[in-house]
Amino acid sequence: MTVETSAYPPGATTARPAYPPRGTTTRTELLERLRDRAKFVRLETVRLARIAGAGHFTSTFSAAELFASLYYAELRYRPHEPMWAERDRFVLSKGHAAIGLYPVLADVGFFHPDVLDNYTRLDSSFGDHPDMRKISGIDFSSGSLGHGLSVSVGMALSARVQGRGFRTYCMTGDGELAEGQIWEAAMAAGQFRLGSLICIVDRNQLSIDGRTEEIMGIEPLVSKFESFRWKVQRIDGHDCDAILDAFDALDREAEGPPQVIIADTLKGRGVLRMEGDVAWHVGKLEGADYDDVIAEIQGGLAPLTTGSSIG
Amino acid sequence: MDQKREPKGQRVSGQDISEVFRGSAGGDHALKDRSSGKGIPQVSVPAFVAGEELADLADLDERIVVLTADLSSANRTIDFASRHPNRFFNLGVAEQNMVSVAAGMASTGLMPFVGTFAAYLALLACEQIRTDCAYTQMPVRLLAHHSGMSLGFYGTSHHALEDLGIMRAIAGMTVVCAADANQLRAILRLSLDWPGPMYIRLGRGRDPEVYPSVPDALTIGRAIRLRDGSDLAIITAGSEVRACVDAAESLAADGFSARVVDMHTIKPLDTDEIVAAATETGAVLTVEEHNRTGGLGSAVAEVLAEARIATRFARHGVPDEHVVLGPPAALYARYRLDSAGVESTARELLSS
Repeated sequence: MTVETSAYPPGATTARPAYPPRGTTTRTELLERLRDRAKFVRLETVRLARIAGAGHFTSTFSAAELFASLYYAELRYRPHEPMWAERDRFVLSKGHAAIGLYPVLADVGFFHPDVLDNYTRLDSSFGDHPDMRKISGIDFSSGSLGHGLSVSVGMALSARVQGRGFRTYCMTGDGELAEGQIWEAAMAAGQFRLGSLICIVDRNQLSIDGRTEEIMGIEPLVSKFESFRWKVQRIDGHDCDAILDAFDALDREAEGPPQVIIADTLKGRGVLRMEGDVAWHVGKLEGADYDDVIAEIQGGLAPLTTGSSIG
Repeated sequence: MDQKREPKGQRVSGQDISEVFRGSAGGDHALKDRSSGKGIPQVSVPAFVAGEELADLADLDERIVVLTADLSSANRTIDFASRHPNRFFNLGVAEQNMVSVAAGMASTGLMPFVGTFAAYLALLACEQIRTDCAYTQMPVRLLAHHSGMSLGFYGTSHHALEDLGIMRAIAGMTVVCAADANQLRAILRLSLDWPGPMYIRLGRGRDPEVYPSVPDALTIGRAIRLRDGSDLAIITAGSEVRACVDAAESLAADGFSARVVDMHTIKPLDTDEIVAAATETGAVLTVEEHNRTGGLGSAVAEVLAEARIATRFARHGVPDEHVVLGPPAALYARYRLDSAGVESTARELLSS
């Protein structure tokens, strides 16, 4: 049970600790580390999907650099004090990318990596979608698309009620933005001026059945969020340098426009056969294909192929 | 979390319930009369008391926040807002968002009370309640007011005659019905120490009095035997309790001894009290402002069947139809859910 039950001191205010938690490394070293950890996310996704027999490869690959940048350069948390009241909250509204988040949580110390070897097996804590009651480091259960931004609005409002300095980060998909509840939450965040709320849209261009703009168009996203009274940045979501710049450009005021980073990505990025291919939304890798993919990921991101684009 | 409670009906045999439940509101959450600074109201007021009660409780409990969806006047959560403006949130006409927002707040240690029409909690926001509140065991309190057909001629869009069936099918959900303002106060106080989410079914805030004072002895999961009887047991909850008590009075005048059980907690259900009702009277009538399918009557039938109790039994509620238009009182008469209707239904069962 990861629900906080201890009462907070009435009227408590806690100054926000030094920010961001990026250690003393140089920018170059940090970027190298983030790219390496993004690679780790993809490798672990492939490994865990083999245990499960199938997995959301592509939705996770598009978010690999975002996961790495969040957990190794931006979010404040204490793996050995997972319920630390002042921790930044992270809500993975696109819960189907949890397969890429679990290895990160293990890697930073929330739990032992060995427990992932039982991924999706009977009575495992680790399923396709994350369960806050079973997994240390998961701030809220998800899986039903469209809920996470509302939950995050609640967390940001709580910070205000409780006088806490944490920020709430929410990652949504792009197909998910067709859910009406997203826009109810976006409206509320603007109304309440939740400057401590940061939404990251993994704009990987595809939902299950095809291109979002052909299934149910969500553009123009920038003006759409702006009209809901959000501050908007739009970046290349596979460029760790750009992601860090976007984090650095976030307003630090708790009361102000909520902030969205639209991260233009490519579904399946990092494995050529999967890039931009809807058939790989849920896929299976076997035999030599598995080894080929591992080798390809270890080689790092290749230049985009003709016909593929970011954004 | 173990929500099991040892089910045991509170044996209240006297016929004057005012004597049974009269007393002070004890504990840390005693109601304050702000005008005099002492005492508690001994009569229910014909309006929603949740806002005022929660404002009192929030003076002592930092966890409490209140949310509504553009109904702060209708449900009087405005009474909370006026005293705790920084802990009150009006989410506008967006009930699904409101429920998920409350769940997010609960995850940080707050205890949100969410008030809107029952139809828009149990039906419109059903999946948010299941996934964000029950699956996660967040202590969100859903104040589902204007349940049943109490919105009368507003029509089926505003009625909630399915909510008990929906809510009791959700794992980890506690389902409670308030019969009147005083019982609602008691439920709100108890909810502060109850784990997980809670669906609190309310009428339209003009509920006739059942409890002349706040029933401090209330226990979630334990029914209250408002009136003892040996010929028939009427098991009811929420908006129908008063009608059943009145019907029992009329039956008594004709020599029929009718037991009345306030089954305020639909889940977890007081199975012992149900078994006792059947074995001690030989006739069980359930009465609810709900579709006959899925609600209290179904829950009681499940208990009786599994306990292998053969008894005369009838489920009285709204038939499986979308009810006709009309003012609430006219609807209750039409569907025999006023005291006269309950009485005649009871006579039918007794003569069967």
